[in-house]
Amino acid sequence: MRKRPADIDSILEKYPPDPQHLISLLQDVQAEYQYISPEHMTLICAHVGVPLTRAWAVATFYKSFSLEPRGEHEIRVCLGTTCHLKGGERLVEACERDLGVARGHTTGDLRFTLDTVNCLGACALAPVVMIDDGYLGQANLRALRKRLEKP
Amino acid sequence: MKKIKNAKELEALRARLLQAQDPQQPVVRVCLGPGCLAQGADKVSRAFREAVQAQRFKARVQPLIKETGCHGFCSQAPLVSLAPLDLLYVQVKPEDAEEIVNASLVKGKAVERLLYRDNGTRYRSAGDIPFYQMQQKVILKNVGVIDPLRIEDALLAGAYRSLVKALTEMSPEEVINTVSLSGLRGRGGGGFPTGRKWRRARDYTLENPGPVFLVGNGDEGDPGAFMDRAIMEGDPHAVLEGMIIGAYAIGAHQGYIYVRNEYPIAVRHLSIAIEQARALGLLGRNILGSGFDFDLQISRGAGAFVCGEETALLASIEGRVGEPLTRPPYPAQQGLWNRPTIINNVETWANVPHIIGQGAKWYTDLGVPHSTGTKIFSLVGKVKNTGLVEVPMGTTLGTIVEQIGGGVPGQKKFKAVQTGGPSGGIIPYELKELPPEEMRPARFGLRPRGFLPSELKDLPVDFDSLLQAGSIMGSGGMIVMDNRDCVVDVGRYFLRFLQEESCGKCLPCRLGLQGMLEFLDRFSRGQGEPEDIDELQSLAQAVVDGALCGLGGTAPNPVLTSIRYFRDEFLAHIMDHKCPAGVCRDLIHYRIDPEACNGCRLCARSCPQGCISGRNKKPHTIDSTACIRCGACLDVCPVDAVRVA
Amino acid sequence: MNAPLIGEQEWIDFAIDGRAVKARPGWTILETARENHIHIPTLCYHPAVKPWGGCRLCVVEAKYGRRGKVMVSCLNPPIPELEVFTHSERVKNVRRWVLEMLLASCPASPDIRKLAAEYGVTATRFPIRDPEEKCIRCGLCVAVCTEVVGVQALTFGSRGVTKQLDTPYRVPNNDCVACGCCATICPTGAMLDRIDQVRGDISRRTGHGYAH
Repeated sequence: MRKRPADIDSILEKYPPDPQHLISLLQDVQAEYQYISPEHMTLICAHVGVPLTRAWAVATFYKSFSLEPRGEHEIRVCLGTTCHLKGGERLVEACERDLGVARGHTTGDLRFTLDTVNCLGACALAPVVMIDDGYLGQANLRALRKRLEKP
Repeated sequence: MKKIKNAKELEALRARLLQAQDPQQPVVRVCLGPGCLAQGADKVSRAFREAVQAQRFKARVQPLIKETGCHGFCSQAPLVSLAPLDLLYVQVKPEDAEEIVNASLVKGKAVERLLYRDNGTRYRSAGDIPFYQMQQKVILKNVGVIDPLRIEDALLAGAYRSLVKALTEMSPEEVINTVSLSGLRGRGGGGFPTGRKWRRARDYTLENPGPVFLVGNGDEGDPGAFMDRAIMEGDPHAVLEGMIIGAYAIGAHQGYIYVRNEYPIAVRHLSIAIEQARALGLLGRNILGSGFDFDLQISRGAGAFVCGEETALLASIEGRVGEPLTRPPYPAQQGLWNRPTIINNVETWANVPHIIGQGAKWYTDLGVPHSTGTKIFSLVGKVKNTGLVEVPMGTTLGTIVEQIGGGVPGQKKFKAVQTGGPSGGIIPYELKELPPEEMRPARFGLRPRGFLPSELKDLPVDFDSLLQAGSIMGSGGMIVMDNRDCVVDVGRYFLRFLQEESCGKCLPCRLGLQGMLEFLDRFSRGQGEPEDIDELQSLAQAVVDGALCGLGGTAPNPVLTSIRYFRDEFLAHIMDHKCPAGVCRDLIHYRIDPEACNGCRLCARSCPQGCISGRNKKPHTIDSTACIRCGACLDVCPVDAVRVA
Repeated sequence: MNAPLIGEQEWIDFAIDGRAVKARPGWTILETARENHIHIPTLCYHPAVKPWGGCRLCVVEAKYGRRGKVMVSCLNPPIPELEVFTHSERVKNVRRWVLEMLLASCPASPDIRKLAAEYGVTATRFPIRDPEEKCIRCGLCVAVCTEVVGVQALTFGSRGVTKQLDTPYRVPNNDCVACGCCATICPTGAMLDRIDQVRGDISRRTGHGYAH
């Protein structure tokens, strides 16, 4: 169960009203609420003093930000070079098939968000999959499916 | 601890800490580097704490448990080292903690089964293991040794001594001079002479008085590279000290360390280090009573590889999209908010205290002319010992891959080494000839040497030699490939990666990467004509010439070196419709070996296409027309009966 | 650099395609070429807004001594004795590939087809993903709205191959004042096709000034 998110004002207050803090603010809001809602986007723009178009450009340019609510569990399949050489791509495809979701998106029931990442720094364990904060090293399809039953 | 007012007080503090330290006190160092963390090192650490507590040691011999940065020997994770016994335990599980505490801390004996073993030899101490013995840890000296969350540990290891020397014994000009004489070149990939960059910034600032900024690039986007992560997480004060010295040299009062969003631990450790440094008066106003002000702020990345490019990084700090700008003007002239800005990689910054502390000559004695000092590499891929390796520049690839890395495991053949990440090249084990002039990326006025060894193992690893061979040093990623790795596939992989990371501003990159990928996709399907290889080369050259920034400009490198050195492999795909490495899906078949199959039906049950048939306990067969080569059967087969041809 | 005093103006002497030309300090190579009626193709350049350097069609090869470098002419200033070539092999190579790829990514634009034909590119081997696409993401509409009109009603969303012209949340933006500058400056006519997406229905704009 996710903890109750902090009040948006308490997040805004941490930063002076300057355009340079746009990205930091978006990140804090993303971390707290798991996505950036239109209301929060507008509040952030007003606080730092940038037009909505600039916030939109930034929020859609950087991969950290999500404009849609993310799933309860985050699956991150590493596609770093070593993990690729050891078959990481097959793992992503298996997840896409099994969960019925394209990479970078969230399942309809909001249970899982499937993402790929470009190196978790655990190359000795390739291929690596992270489910929330847990690591699955030397992952194969069977182990991955098992972990997804009880994430 | 209260604020330190001058150098003398700092040394007094250091002396007090040294006094208070008991060299006989046992220390357990648990590695919490990324490889060890992925294997549950945090649980190992907790297990040690519990085991030590349960043991109820007397106060004098109470062991200290330190959670440290990366020990480097990632393929043997989780790692735990003991001092003063000098034992290194590998592949430690939480359940082992009690036994280690009992045997080693109480009885002073080694737990044999947890020592590193290789070829029949058991190694007690890290220093005896070839993986470590052949390295020279300068920048990584403290990583894996100190607790990065305690500034006291850093001080005991000598942190901020060089800062004192710079502030009290040297002028800013002398600092720049020393860095120039040391020959230090950027460790982030460009290899630009650091001293020259600093001098330019200083000159511009003198011509145009006003604020000047310092930036540490901790964006480390190359897949497979985690050197900067190890430094930021394991010895953050090294970066801070380097930046404060740099700030003093060029007159900056505000600095930023840009850390990629995917490194929250690095963000945390650097933030804590900054707070501790501020509290002691090593950052902020009137540092150590010198009258010099400088403060640091952390700026987080937001998931964009392109923000490793300096102008895109600066845009990101300003709160904009990470779209690079045409250079010139360079950031040293016009950077953050149009003011002179020095941006260096965090590994480069971590070199500075060593250069100031031990002098330019000491630094040039390490390494080779034109590539002085040491370099940290992340040695990964098809090699026995993976992890972080620090060696003097000029060490041969053979030493790194075979002696330190232990060579290519199993029955596989050492095919090639890929250096420099997506901007680099694939260098084959048998070097055949010099690549043509056009394939070399822009360099900085250095003349290439004409000699290339005939075998990869004799190639010295330094900026020039790697360029000669057609690749680049890059940030230090070193990926070993064996005969089961396909260069067409690796080329596609890097292009797909870069295509996703392209900012999209310039046409050669936005369209050109897609265009090159088109060619490679066709080759991987066995389509195309031999002339297409030359067309691809022509397109690649257009991208190199036309792209706005280094991302697009170096994107063709993997493909260009592959064509140069592995043209036969391309031709095999195009003309013979075969993938010699057995990777490209459309050109391989999965087949069940009837001799090996035990008829357990696991594969048939896992097949998403339902194309495996066979009766219980009888050999199964795959219908190749329906098979999508997803690998499910390969993974699940308990007897390795699925063959790829 | 300080502006030279009137009456004491310097010239920078260099050459384009073997022809001696002069530039004032602060001019770019492209501006000097235009001043001398030397043609260099551009797509994302317009004198009303700051040069962006995105289309790369204006690349030239610049040699100083022995070293030749391919660079965009819209952003780079000349230095004395620079030798600039507007159609060297490397320059032609960049242009022909960019134009061929543009034919595939923006197949619906007659302006692109015409420009490509001028440089001998009449067909493309690359797959056409969207036969209706005209937008080349040159950024001129965004630039004019930001720098000249000042309302910043539209922007680029996303990045890389998915980079596209957007208004926030892809609904018409009330900040738009329906001035039409974006449509005027657009080199391929793409903006005219999608102006409703930015501005919203024209009936909201008539009669009473801004309609909110």
